[in-house]
Amino acid sequence: MTEKPRVALFVTCLVDLFRSSVGFAAVKLIEDAGCTVEVPQAQSCCGQPAYNSGDRKSTQAIARTVIAAFAGFDYVVAPSGSCAGMIKVHYPALFADDPAMAEKARALADRTYELVSFLVDVMKVERVTARYDGVATYHDACSGLRELGVKAQPRQLLASVAGLTVTEMRDPEVCCGFGGTFAIKYGDISDKIVGEKADNIRAAGADTVIAGDMGCLLNMAGKLEREGDKTKVRHVAEVLAGVTGPAIGEPGDAS
Amino acid sequence: MKVTSHAFKTNARHALGDAQLQQAMLNLRSGFAERRAHVVSQLPEWEELRDEAVAIKKHTLANLDFYLEEFEKRVIANGGQVHWCRDAAEANATVLAICRKLGARTVTKGKSMIGEEMGVNDHLEANGITPVETDLGEYIIQIRHEPPSHIIAPAVHLVKEQIAQSFRDTHRDLDPARQLADSRQMCDEARAVLRPRFLAADVGITGANFLIAETGSSIIVTNEGNGDLTQTLPKAHIVLASLEKVVPTFEDAATILRLLARSATGQEFSAYTTVSTGPRRPDDLDGPGEYHVVLLDNGRSALLGGEFEDMLRCIRCAACLNHCPVYQAIGGQSYGWVYPGPMGAVLTPSLLGVEEAGNLPNASTFCGRCEDVCPMKIPLPKMMRHWREREFQRHLPPRAYRLGLAAWAFLARRPALYRLASAWGARMLGYVGRARGRFRALPFAAGWTRTRDLPAPEGRSFMSLWAERNAASGSSK
Repeated sequence: MTEKPRVALFVTCLVDLFRSSVGFAAVKLIEDAGCTVEVPQAQSCCGQPAYNSGDRKSTQAIARTVIAAFAGFDYVVAPSGSCAGMIKVHYPALFADDPAMAEKARALADRTYELVSFLVDVMKVERVTARYDGVATYHDACSGLRELGVKAQPRQLLASVAGLTVTEMRDPEVCCGFGGTFAIKYGDISDKIVGEKADNIRAAGADTVIAGDMGCLLNMAGKLEREGDKTKVRHVAEVLAGVTGPAIGEPGDAS
Repeated sequence: MKVTSHAFKTNARHALGDAQLQQAMLNLRSGFAERRAHVVSQLPEWEELRDEAVAIKKHTLANLDFYLEEFEKRVIANGGQVHWCRDAAEANATVLAICRKLGARTVTKGKSMIGEEMGVNDHLEANGITPVETDLGEYIIQIRHEPPSHIIAPAVHLVKEQIAQSFRDTHRDLDPARQLADSRQMCDEARAVLRPRFLAADVGITGANFLIAETGSSIIVTNEGNGDLTQTLPKAHIVLASLEKVVPTFEDAATILRLLARSATGQEFSAYTTVSTGPRRPDDLDGPGEYHVVLLDNGRSALLGGEFEDMLRCIRCAACLNHCPVYQAIGGQSYGWVYPGPMGAVLTPSLLGVEEAGNLPNASTFCGRCEDVCPMKIPLPKMMRHWREREFQRHLPPRAYRLGLAAWAFLARRPALYRLASAWGARMLGYVGRARGRFRALPFAAGWTRTRDLPAPEGRSFMSLWAERNAASGSSK
């Protein structure tokens, strides 16, 4: 028997803080795909808040920690297209002036994947065993879609979830308006954009909206809740792993 | 033109509360993007065309001095003149001098973003010469005394009721009881008003989509035919062009033209693609007596060889505006100058300075759709991030923001400390928020909670739960 691939989970700062269940769902999915999962302790964040605020030095410092912590695994997987995209696309460019670091960054980039694209594209997972009764619509989070080509993979796996129907909303590829610190710095513009998204979600006739990035999910859930909308908001990993406690923003047992 | 880029946030807030603007933007949303997607899907060689166009522009920019001098030689050989202008003031002075030499009283204008950048209308008016915009959208904003809100559809922020009212207010000699309900009637009215203006004009000013080095020609692309009348009828034709508009050959222009209309309006080709090569020749039936090209730098040559050089590939198709969620939310006038949307967010700080226009490259979610649809593959998000880096280096972001970021980065660089902080944060926020599942208001995230709830954390950080799980199972993972 060949040895199982060793996968390091990059849990992402938002999943770590807001929704540990997504982290555990990711672990289950990666293990079910035939891998062993480890969680390097020396992880915090991919550095995007600094990177997108123009603080290149801090970003490089954070990237160095991540590159060191995640060296030596067969794969690095994140339940986020945004954070995986940061590592895969932007880390190598960050060290353009430092060939030795750039080399390490590229080595990490080559092995880093967004969770669902890892399952489908690398591990060739074709279906999952979960059950979710309802009608869901899938929002294509920007970085996963445009930096990593995550589009068909989540839909393919969601199609195998028992009891679940996926229906497309209008403009699923249009940004939800999150954009990291943009959502706070330009709150009213962000709100206008997510308001459009909420309208499209409602018009899709779904009871659940699913996406692969915690930032977008918090934004969409926050808007839908403020509008009194009962649409459930869930990370794709939860639905694929059948981990279905309270949806994002729903009252729950927070003990 | 009054610059209000520094007041971007205030502009945007007004725009968000402007019901007519929001209605107009709603109409825009479905139009351009869907038509573009359709025509692009009909062209199998789309990606190859993009690569070819990028290569043409890269080559041209690397040899810009050569091609501009070639262009000038050919223009002179054709009997025309090229005026090299470092900035808007020089360009305006040049235009005025030509007009004065011809004793011009009225000037017709085709649509020109360089004209907007120069503020040429204001300059002419201040010197007793009447400029008449002949592109319908430009005409509308001219009579409303407004800046354009879009680089190819300058009046796209208006609904037709506003336009009808402006026509009634301006065309006072027409029957007040006339019908002005639909766009056809308004088009006909504008046409009737503009026709004598075309005939009366002493000078015609147009922009240029391309300057062709091998022939000394300029090309304009329009849908209304107004540009042709503007440049053919008067005594002189003045072309306003920035220096990156030059391409080596006709063939090159033809390649890029295949991208332009598709990206802009979703047409395969614009209704009119007009080539001007010098003034009227003895055996020509018509044409202007003089042909001048006002070649404007205005800060562009400083972008060559730097991190913003790619921006000089821009062909002003507006695809990035049409696909930008921020642009669609707030419209073009919020950006406070001539160039809105993602291309404006990169170009405006380059031309006006980041102190004036620093908000523009910050007001982006980095969704990446602009770069995706850009026919010239300009890495717009990357360049907006470059601006943010320059701002950060110069300590321009607000102090509180910089301090918050520094504190966060301090923790993020120290994972052990970060784990403690996130475990504590998850517990505290989870404890406070668990009953409702969300926060209606949070002091440190007011920009968020003013309009949205913030979902509460589940209550424990993943890293702390993972450590407990592994301690329980005796694993070292």
